Amino acid sequence: MEWLIACGKAFLIGGLFCVVGQLLIDYTKLTPARILVTYVVSGVVLSALGWYQPLVDWAGAGATVPLTGFGHLLAKGVREAVAEKGWLGVLTGGFTATAGGIAAAIFFGFLVALLFKPKDKS
Amino acid sequence: MQWMSPKEYEKMNQKASPPTPVWKTVPMAFLFGGIICTIGQLCSMLYQNLGADLETASASTSITLIFLAALLTGLNVFDKIAKIGGAGCLVPITGFSNAVVSPALEFKAEGLVLGLGAKMFVIAGPVIVYGITASVIYGILCRLFGW
Repeated sequence: MEWLIACGKAFLIGGLFCVVGQLLIDYTKLTPARILVTYVVSGVVLSALGWYQPLVDWAGAGATVPLTGFGHLLAKGVREAVAEKGWLGVLTGGFTATAGGIAAAIFFGFLVALLFKPKDKS
Repeated sequence: MQWMSPKEYEKMNQKASPPTPVWKTVPMAFLFGGIICTIGQLCSMLYQNLGADLETASASTSITLIFLAALLTGLNVFDKIAKIGGAGCLVPITGFSNAVVSPALEFKAEGLVLGLGAKMFVIAGPVIVYGITASVIYGILCRLFGW
């Protein structure tokens, strides 16, 4: 039963993040690239303010899967790296925490682009 | 083929579909976004059951979703789903993956280095630039003021 509740929370919060994105697209004509940038930066800011971690604790993947979660990971990485390594952590924290996702996107992206055919633009 | 700016690229992406009314797009975004995050939650719980700690499970979940979205983009299925799901497919990490793969695939004809390799970052580049910059600024604040 517990897993069902966890999924419900993830669905609710994840869905709401996407509703905000959709409203931004429909009403502000913000391009998708700007939405992605806005989400990641918002995630960093929300995490810096300490508001994002409670949401992650409550909604799990509902908060980590949207791109704000990527921003949260950046901020969290920096916070921990600064505590550990001082000034060097300012520069290393963000990439270290998100390295898995970025490398995965680059590597899988490369493979897929290499192996598949572009669609026809007919 | 002509060189395209990110804006033109997005315009091209959008022009295929005529505008859908908000009372349709918003519930669809909620539904698709919710489903993708639920799949993420299930992955995360599965990995934790297999013995991963929360952090590892969470990172592995992101990697799994990135892989699936990349594959579906290659199969030309992602675009079809995204046409219905809108921001529901764009806002989750799947949208980031799609933004990497889609231009890389599309500009492969321009060469493996300046086509595939460079165009891969048309949208992902700005995301990383602003994300990392914001994180470094936050890091400086952490260091100076112990935030």
